[in-house]
Amino acid sequence: MTATLAIENVSVHFDAGDGPRRAAVREVSLAVAPAECVGIVGESGSGKTQLFMAVMGLLRGGARGSGAVRFEGRDILGVPRRDLNRVRGSKLTMIFQDPMTSLTPHLKIGVQLAETLVSHAGLSWQEAERAALQMLERVRVPEAQRRLRQYPHELSGGMRQRVMIAMSLLCEPSLLIADEPTTALDVTVQAQIMDVLRAVRAASRMAMVLISHDLGVVAGLADRILVMYAGRVVESAAAGDLLAGAAHPYTAELLKCVPNLWGPRLARMPSLAGSPPDAKTAERGCAFAPRCPRAAERCRVERPLLRAPEAPTRGHEVACHYPVAATAVTA
Amino acid sequence: MMSAASRLRANPAAVAALAIIAALIALALIGPWFNPNNIESLDWANVAVPPGLSGAHWFGTDRLGRDLFARTLEGTRMSLMVGLVASIISLTVGIGYGAVAGYVGGRTDHLMMRFIEVLSGLPLIFFVIFLTVIFGRSQYFLFLAIGAVGWLTMARIVRGQTLSIRRREFIEAAVASGASSARIILRHVVPNLLGPVIVYATLTVPQIMLFESFLSFLGLGVQEPHASLGTLIAEGAGEMEAAPWILLVPGIALALLLLSLNILGDGLRDAFDVQER
Amino acid sequence: MNLYLLKRLAGALPTLFIIITAAFFLIRVAPGGPFDQEQALPPEIMANLEAAYGLDQPVWTQYARYMKALAHGDFGPSFKYKDFSVTELIGQGFPVTLELGVIALLLALGIGIPLGILAALRHNSAADYATMSLAVVGIAIPSFVVLPFLGLVFGIRLHWLPVAGWEPGSLRHLALPVIALTLPPLAYVARLTRGSMLEVLRSHYIRTALAKGLPLGTVILRHALRPALMPVASYLAPAVASIMTGSLVVESIAGLPGIGRYLVQGALNRDYTLVMGMVIIYSTLLIVMGLVVDLLYAWLDPRIRFE
Repeated sequence: MTATLAIENVSVHFDAGDGPRRAAVREVSLAVAPAECVGIVGESGSGKTQLFMAVMGLLRGGARGSGAVRFEGRDILGVPRRDLNRVRGSKLTMIFQDPMTSLTPHLKIGVQLAETLVSHAGLSWQEAERAALQMLERVRVPEAQRRLRQYPHELSGGMRQRVMIAMSLLCEPSLLIADEPTTALDVTVQAQIMDVLRAVRAASRMAMVLISHDLGVVAGLADRILVMYAGRVVESAAAGDLLAGAAHPYTAELLKCVPNLWGPRLARMPSLAGSPPDAKTAERGCAFAPRCPRAAERCRVERPLLRAPEAPTRGHEVACHYPVAATAVTA
Repeated sequence: MMSAASRLRANPAAVAALAIIAALIALALIGPWFNPNNIESLDWANVAVPPGLSGAHWFGTDRLGRDLFARTLEGTRMSLMVGLVASIISLTVGIGYGAVAGYVGGRTDHLMMRFIEVLSGLPLIFFVIFLTVIFGRSQYFLFLAIGAVGWLTMARIVRGQTLSIRRREFIEAAVASGASSARIILRHVVPNLLGPVIVYATLTVPQIMLFESFLSFLGLGVQEPHASLGTLIAEGAGEMEAAPWILLVPGIALALLLLSLNILGDGLRDAFDVQER
Repeated sequence: MNLYLLKRLAGALPTLFIIITAAFFLIRVAPGGPFDQEQALPPEIMANLEAAYGLDQPVWTQYARYMKALAHGDFGPSFKYKDFSVTELIGQGFPVTLELGVIALLLALGIGIPLGILAALRHNSAADYATMSLAVVGIAIPSFVVLPFLGLVFGIRLHWLPVAGWEPGSLRHLALPVIALTLPPLAYVARLTRGSMLEVLRSHYIRTALAKGLPLGTVILRHALRPALMPVASYLAPAVASIMTGSLVVESIAGLPGIGRYLVQGALNRDYTLVMGMVIIYSTLLIVMGLVVDLLYAWLDPRIRFE
């Protein structure tokens, strides 16, 4: 069965003019199966967004991607724009973090929705607007008819994000990439948006990639979770396995940071000391070593490769010399 | 300030422009020493002679036998002088007005800005032409009139900057320590304005020089016996068919001057990294 | 929206009124009168002349009479061109100047905007640098230098186009003046468009449009163009002012019978009414442009309509 999305050894380099080329993404490989939801977790600077910008052909500012990306068997990395546009926006869609600035201010909502169908499916504007109306109702936008005639600035953040989601679903995509879809929204609205995404997933065979720095957001929806650090994948496992027992020290720390309503009351919120290395630093050994509580000499010189740990749970991979043994985490 | 200077140095076009301007200024000032002819001597034997480096007149002569090289240098001197003086007037008024408006704030500021808005909407150039007609063509008035064209933008920029600077903490500290308003404006506000002011000054100076040549071209600017480049170009335009060099020499000089000023201005703007409006 | 327009109109009329009044009194204040240029006339004849033109009346009476006549569209008699009224002169000259100016403006926009867009799309390429270098030249060099140069090259040396003179309906005579008049605003428009387009292309909503798989042309024309044109809209009023002042010079050099030439002549001859008339026409034009620009803003950015 062909993976819906196959990312093979993709790196993203910046030509910064001064000094050596910086890398935002380093030799990442991953695959998304049809109807699967993959969660990508990492701090800012981990490369998670840049990776998928490369996939969508949206890299800018001197950034270049290398490697191969295949969507439903077809190469899409580095191909001419016209070929990319056959799938981009129709079968392979993406929604972004900032709904407040992601919609074109001078075009009506209806136009921005309909143009996807007009462009990809060859519908007439009337037909497209009718389909857009139905989609808005599906994502539970109230007074959908009225909204079609309005401009983006007349809608709230949460509603704009729903419009974005609707926009990405119109052509029945095989894969939807959601980059931090709730980060910029209020907490209550966050929950609503996650509900919409959940409903959408339940209703179709669509695959999804959910990118977030918040493990909690991802945990609710993903089948499989990948953790990224400093441009590399450091752990990859089925969601349940990961949450039950993270093998990579970084993931373990992340899990500790998720506030737990039913756990013991803590005197202090746990947090990770230090900050991730920036893209300019050349790699020497494991990138996490400076912050890792388990780091040893070997970690500083030899970069660990991603592989299944000694007591493998199927599909669980870690890039660490001294992975954490499985510990139970209260759900 | 220093990093801006180094950025400017790295810009080849701007450096070239600066060199050209310096050369023109130098030429205008010391050129006459090298040229045996002066601007008024009429060489009846050599009327309307084309340029030739071997002859007595390097750039040729005009209808009245006046040496074109000398006249062009004089024209350049005039253009530079009037342009500079008018620019200084314009910038001083603009900065002063803007600083006061921004610093005092409130209704005064509001009124002052409304005044500028109204003035901006008017065809100022026409008014100035109008005024030069009325008040005769006195030299002093010319400076004022030309300077009147450029101060509006500077006033707006300075006022905006002053408003934002005023809110910063060190101003509050100065006020709290009892310094007078004038003192605060002079010692704290003004030095912080340097960046944007330089940038917009580079926009204003060529604008003013252009306006001066424009007026002179129309016959409303610099008067006989003086001539600025604008006047010379007007003369040359009349002789275009028979003696094109009379037009070409001052024309190229003016074009070079304005072009260099603009390129230098662009370079300065890039060096100070201000957004292009 | 209509309320907005009405408000702007209401603001514009007082401005015009102030301009006219200020101009009127300023010119009266000036030393010397319209008849001083001629040989010294015996005082009785001077008195008669002044009476004939109403100059012996107190200033306020003159003002009142002028404003009344103005309300009827009468600009008064020209002091210099004795057989003509200013209204007639304007009627003759305005169409020429209008034709010249409109063509120049349309060309400046029609060539400048696409040029700016192309430069933005080919950012940092040779084409980009070339266009922007030409733009600096266009902005820096004034039309009264450009026109004679053009005339020299194309008119005298190459004999392709006439240098001066004018015939009704003749495009050839307009060619060089139009080019000289168009260059500065064209250069400005190109630069503004390029800078603004570069900025707009960095926006998040352009990223969204691209992610939707829309063809590049659609993204540029439907999503990027209107916001990118905001600075150009702002520039329209100064552009018209620039073309108007340029026309003064261009008409004088090329001998075109437009009102620009009248303004210059009137200024030199101290022909009060003629100059007043010109000032009023030009001011009105600029104010109208201002209103047009406001309307444009509202169309380009819907958020403004709601203010």
